[in-house]
Formats: sequence, C-alpha cells, structure tokens
Amino acid sequence: MNVWIAIIATAVGCYLVKYAGLLVPAHALERPLVRRLAALLPVALLAALTAQQTFSTGQTLVLDARAAGLAAAALALLLRAPFLVVVGAAVAVTAGVRALGG
Amino acid sequence: MAEQTAPPQPAAGPAPAAGPRTGKPDSAVVRDALGVGIAVGLSGFAFGVTSAGAGLTLLQTCVLSLLVFTGASQFALVGAIAAGGNPFAAAAGAFFLGIRNAFYGLRLSQLLALPRWLRPLAAHWVIDETTAVALAQPTRRQVRIGFTVTGLTLYVLWNLTTLLGALGAEAIGDTDAWGLDAAGPAVFLALLAPMLRTATERAAAGLAVVLGLGLLPVLPAGVPVLVAALAAPAVLWLKGRSLGGDGGTPAAGPATERTKGQDR
Repeated sequence: MNVWIAIIATAVGCYLVKYAGLLVPAHALERPLVRRLAALLPVALLAALTAQQTFSTGQTLVLDARAAGLAAAALALLLRAPFLVVVGAAVAVTAGVRALGG
Repeated sequence: MAEQTAPPQPAAGPAPAAGPRTGKPDSAVVRDALGVGIAVGLSGFAFGVTSAGAGLTLLQTCVLSLLVFTGASQFALVGAIAAGGNPFAAAAGAFFLGIRNAFYGLRLSQLLALPRWLRPLAAHWVIDETTAVALAQPTRRQVRIGFTVTGLTLYVLWNLTTLLGALGAEAIGDTDAWGLDAAGPAVFLALLAPMLRTATERAAAGLAVVLGLGLLPVLPAGVPVLVAALAAPAVLWLKGRSLGGDGGTPAAGPATERTKGQDR
C-alpha cells in the first residue's frame, strides 16, 4: 500500500511540474537564482543517490562489489561510452566481483 | 530518462553540421529524433530490472514508466522504496528530480506554440531528451517534428523495455547475483557526469555525497537524500557571498542556460 502511495504521489507531482512549465508565464521562473537552483538541484540529488545506492545497505554504510561496478561505470564514462555500455559495465563488473567471492 | 543526458549529444551534434540556416531536411530531424528515442528508450530495460529487483510488482513497475515517465525520478523512487523509506520522503526525492522538467517546458512552450487543448497531452513528454532534440531544430515545424518523434519513440520503447526488464528480473530470481543492483547507481552517475562542468557543480555534488552518506546511519530512510539536496542552495549561497552577491550573472544567465539545454 505504501508503495502505491509513493507511486501515485510521484506520478501526480512529476506530471504537474511538466505541465506547469508549459503553462506558467515565462517570467515567473526566469529569475537567474531560480534557474541556477533548478540546474544545481539535480546535481546534488544525483550525487547523493549515486553514493547511497553504491555504499549502503539499508541504513548501514558498506563497501562491496557495487563499488567496483561504479568504478567501471566511471571509467566507461571517461572513455565516452554510450549510456547502455556504461550501465552494462557496472552490472558485469559487479556480477564478476561477486562471482569471485567479493 | 531525461536524465539520460548523454544520448542527446548525437542530436545536438548533427544539427550544427547540417547548418541550421542552410536548411535541414525533415528526414534528418526524424533520424536524429529516432536515434535519441531508441538509444534512451532501450534503457527502460535497466529500470524494469532495477524496479523488480527492488521488490516492486510488475504492475507497479509498469505504472511508474507509464505515468511518471522521467527516468531519474523513477530510479530514485525505486531506490528509496528498496531502502525502506517513508513513501512521502521517497516521492519527495523523485519529485525534486523532476522539477527541472518545468524549466524545459518553459522553453518548449514558446518554441512549440501548441494549442491550449494539446498542452496537457504534450506535457507528459517534456523530458531531457525531447527538449534536447527540439531545441536543436531550426524551424518551428522541425521543433514540433523533433519533439513528437522523440517523445513517441521514447515513450513506446521505454515502456516496452520496462516490461521486458521486469519480466526478465522476475524470471532470473536473485538480481543481485547478476550485479543488477549496480544498474541504478550507474544510471545516476551517467546522468550526473555531464552536469559536473564547473567548480560550483562539483562542490554541490561533493557536499551532497558527504551529507547523503554521513546522515544515512542517523536519519530515517529517504530523509538524508532530501537533506543532501540542500547542498544546492548552500553552495549557491556560499558562492554568492564569496563574490559579494551574484550580480553580473543575469546577463550571462539566459545564454548559458540555452546552450546548456542543447548539450544535455
């Protein structure tokens, strides 16, 4: 039930912000500070989410095979690999390290 | 998927080469749009697998792709649910990631100039990729073609591959053994990497990592990410102070913002 609440709230919220952009008069969101904050917010969120989903299990910090997978993804990004290759590298390396007992 | 920042590059690339002012055939717009739509649409597979691995049902996973349709928000929500977060904290994190779509819509509304009745439908497709492709087009007709073809291809493929990914994950059972729990963070990293252009962005990312990991053991699940989001205003505030206010930027603001939209 809780999962459905989260899904519906996210769907409604995400749709409304998309629609708002098409409806709101341009000047309302054109203030430089608002725009810069909107550009920086995803940076902070994505960084925190990446770190948490790599280095934690529940509420415990852990260092496991996912860290190797993320390093592989970072390397693929540096080599300008396509999106799916980046994700594939992370998955393959994580699975490989686990298979080796990591 | 918007979030899938890397793919729009192909679209932004060919556009200038073809020379916006010398005229660009509609077929080239369709080709660019299909390229982005297909490349990013296929990554719905990663979402389907991640979502099923996080314990969501097939129906929940598919509803997310059908109704939320903005990749980073979907991955964030699923990750928060897997971590046992409160549903509202989980939804709030996903919502914050979706806010940037409002800014895309703001720019698209002038370029697309859609009739009022069509806007509620078009709104659902306002994401990183459709914006990137649409903004790269020289004429209104081609903006509309780019937006529609990218939106349609991506929506259809993203939902199909979500379904296949979720079915596949259920079939193989223990997704962790296959390393599939690394797909989510890898997606986030791929979305994040192109955004880390300046010291301000790197500082915000660094501070967010410290807050997100540091608070994880002490705050309820889902809340540390929301606190980490405060790294954005904090870094802007500190930067404003060290520059003695953020004057001077208004003139540069709109221009940089525009190019930013294209290369994302």
